[in-house]
Amino acid sequence: MKNITYHQIEGKRRADYIILAVSAFFILLGLFAAYQMEHHGHAITGMNNQVVWGIPHIFAIFLILAASGVLNVASISSVFHKTFYHPLARLSALLAITLLIGGLTVLMLDLGRPDRLIVAITNYNFKSIFAWNIFLYTGFILVCVIYLWFMMERRMHNYYPTIGLIAFIWRLVLTTGTGSIFGFLVARAAYNTAIIAALFIALSLALGLAIFLLVLIMQFRSLGKEVLHRPKVLLGILIGTVFYFVLVYHFTHLYFVSRHEIEYFILGKGAIYTVLFWGGYIFLGTILPLLLLYHERFSHNRASIVAASILTIIGGFSLLYVIIIGGQAYPLEIFPGLELVSHDLFDNTPIYPYTPSRWEIMLGVGGIAISTLLTFLALKILPFMPHSLADFEVDPKLI
Amino acid sequence: MNEEISPTPNRRDFLKTTAIVAGITVAPGVLLYGVSQAKSPDDQTITAKKRWGMLIDTNKCVQGCNECVNACITEHGISENVRPDITSQWIRKVGLRDKQTGKEYSLPLFCQHCEHPPCVDVCPTGASFKRVDGIVLVDKHICIGCRYCMMACPYKARSFVHETLKNQKPHSPRGKGTVEACTFCVHRIDKGQSPACVAACQKSGHKAMLFGDIKDPNSEISKKLSHVSSTALRPDMRLNPGIRYQGL
Repeated sequence: MKNITYHQIEGKRRADYIILAVSAFFILLGLFAAYQMEHHGHAITGMNNQVVWGIPHIFAIFLILAASGVLNVASISSVFHKTFYHPLARLSALLAITLLIGGLTVLMLDLGRPDRLIVAITNYNFKSIFAWNIFLYTGFILVCVIYLWFMMERRMHNYYPTIGLIAFIWRLVLTTGTGSIFGFLVARAAYNTAIIAALFIALSLALGLAIFLLVLIMQFRSLGKEVLHRPKVLLGILIGTVFYFVLVYHFTHLYFVSRHEIEYFILGKGAIYTVLFWGGYIFLGTILPLLLLYHERFSHNRASIVAASILTIIGGFSLLYVIIIGGQAYPLEIFPGLELVSHDLFDNTPIYPYTPSRWEIMLGVGGIAISTLLTFLALKILPFMPHSLADFEVDPKLI
Repeated sequence: MNEEISPTPNRRDFLKTTAIVAGITVAPGVLLYGVSQAKSPDDQTITAKKRWGMLIDTNKCVQGCNECVNACITEHGISENVRPDITSQWIRKVGLRDKQTGKEYSLPLFCQHCEHPPCVDVCPTGASFKRVDGIVLVDKHICIGCRYCMMACPYKARSFVHETLKNQKPHSPRGKGTVEACTFCVHRIDKGQSPACVAACQKSGHKAMLFGDIKDPNSEISKKLSHVSSTALRPDMRLNPGIRYQGL
């Protein structure tokens, strides 16, 4: 393998200024939304006492999953010794940090009392997976920073594989923790299954790679065909893996008679959730990108890789919406065998409606903007980008 | 008198000043420590030898009667009542019908004060906690408003305070952005009284709610529990709630 040289981005193209301005604008909007939610209370959001986690959580979990998944590129290089991916490892670790910070910011600003952050980091109940996640998330940022340092500092190169392995294991545990937030909820029919953790790991890898490919294509005009080919094939495999876990998840539920109703709700009559599952996740997020990545007619086209990546993100977002919001919209089974007849304030609808408010969407988009701005600034300050990603530069054997 | 004034403070003055300064510095700490360690007579009654519980007779609970709910609202100053989906509901009335037989039931539903509360397990900061006498509460000072406990509660017994609060009752502090639920009227229990809902149910003459110490074999509730058949909600979860229902 050739010696790769890295550089900072110039950051003075018109497109760079646009990215800078747009992300700053959305960050301000997000902060304004957070202020509004803090000032008026969550009454101004679409969240309520039944659907307690809404769109901000979808954005946050999406970013956290993507953060964990995007590090896969670095892991393939340092853990599985595929030198082909080596030039991209720095960018991969950087994105892992910035995406996680974006996600955590959204999660934190959505709290009922975001001012009590100090309480959250000084009081722990170690039986709570949430408390563990606080350690896993902050620890992940630290591990990635050390990982980057070892990548960039020649004297530390000897320890580079070790920290790579630690980061690899850490992010698997981290995503298991994120999935277990739902997997450990014994009372809700849609959750309470360990497979959510595995599903989240697969989803994180797919989302992470999709985002990575988009950033790569956006930043490099002269990408080698082979440089794109391998991750492209991998993306297809990961989309298939997510689909496999979704399949197992639903088959398991369909096997339990007590969970038939929730399955019918999600797959058959759950209005927006059914539409998002079949239209958003299955068609747009699975079938279409697989077609674009593997069909002879499209697979050699760079635009189809971009489209497949965007579709993977749309599919992942839809799937998270179905799991997280759909799982809450379906009523709790407090009285098995009995049906509700009185129309009390709280139990008056069989399915609980949820319409995201503009504040929630602003907050969520603000999180993405934070990740974008941080990535941009880091690329400008430190040499993350390889000079060239033409095939022969990456790996001479490819010519 | 011809007193000589020394240009530098003598040892006695120095010691005196030091003592005063030290006293002023330490005294508030000592005082506050004393305050923080002080136990009110109420605290003395909290013991693991007791477990507060309730038996609800669904045969006596009258459909359409909302005495318990209204008593709770008054007792805890739950005055915000604009949007039902975000209004705090510490207790609510539920009407049910058996899908097979068609028999109808009416009952109040609120925090079941579980022995193994999932809300306490999942709370990241430990704000959700169980008192030694079995009452499950939220420490409003360390609740960060993440709502994970609401996701975990199998009975949908918890509410999130979505709005700015007005007219709070000093005995029942609440907080915007935090989660809350039935406290079993802990402020009344500690004074030897029964919860407001139970008192209201008694007063209305329905007497569907029986409250007491389920660890005391001689209490009225224990005696009744030993000879009537009762059930917990979602017994399959083995949370061992403190609330049991008769006739369900």
